[in-house]
Amino acid sequence: MGKHVVGNHIRKLRFNRDEMTQQQLADRVGVTRQTIVALEKGNYSPSLELAFRIAHAFRLPLEEVFYYGEEQGGDKG
Amino acid sequence: MTYQEKKSIVSLIAAVFIFGAFCLYMYPLYPAGEAESGEALRYWGSFVLYLAVFSIVAHLAIGIAFNIVFRITTGEKEPSFADELDRLIDLKAFRNSFFIFILGFLLAMGSLVIDRPLQVMFMILIGSGFVSEVTGSLTRLYHYRRGV
Repeated sequence: MGKHVVGNHIRKLRFNRDEMTQQQLADRVGVTRQTIVALEKGNYSPSLELAFRIAHAFRLPLEEVFYYGEEQGGDKG
Repeated sequence: MTYQEKKSIVSLIAAVFIFGAFCLYMYPLYPAGEAESGEALRYWGSFVLYLAVFSIVAHLAIGIAFNIVFRITTGEKEPSFADELDRLIDLKAFRNSFFIFILGFLLAMGSLVIDRPLQVMFMILIGSGFVSEVTGSLTRLYHYRRGV
């Protein structure tokens, strides 16, 4: 059984939202750009609070931004 | 490379440079004669105290210079706050750094128990302080590059 990780679609969602920059998203959710980079690369699983803040920034339910599955690295879409 | 990664590398180089420069400055000042004389104890006491002061001042100066160079070269401002990722990495760096220092402290006390000269205890103590600082910077660099 592979290792399970928290993945996300942040990069794809940013692109679909008028190509929102990492810095713009970081400013909206109150973190540094470095943290958005780490999330997109799959190097960091956010706290529940940050996950909700990111989902709220995209006006989507949590499960449409984050998923729990087998490790494959970050979402590249 | 991000601001935090560059800062960790600068901090690592600064730690090595500061410690190296201070040791080179203090080495010729070691008093001749009995290794456990009052003069030698005064030397080790001043070594620790001056190293702490010199290290703080030099780190501050290097940190300010780094921020200025970072702004000029990248046109970006340094992050003005620490978010949850920064705090988590800081905690891991502090844990590793503290572990190394405590290990060094115990080794230093152990050297007294097995009747090693007093200067060995001071050398282990000072060396563990340096290694713990380097460990902290390396931990930060590792986690900022590889994730948490």
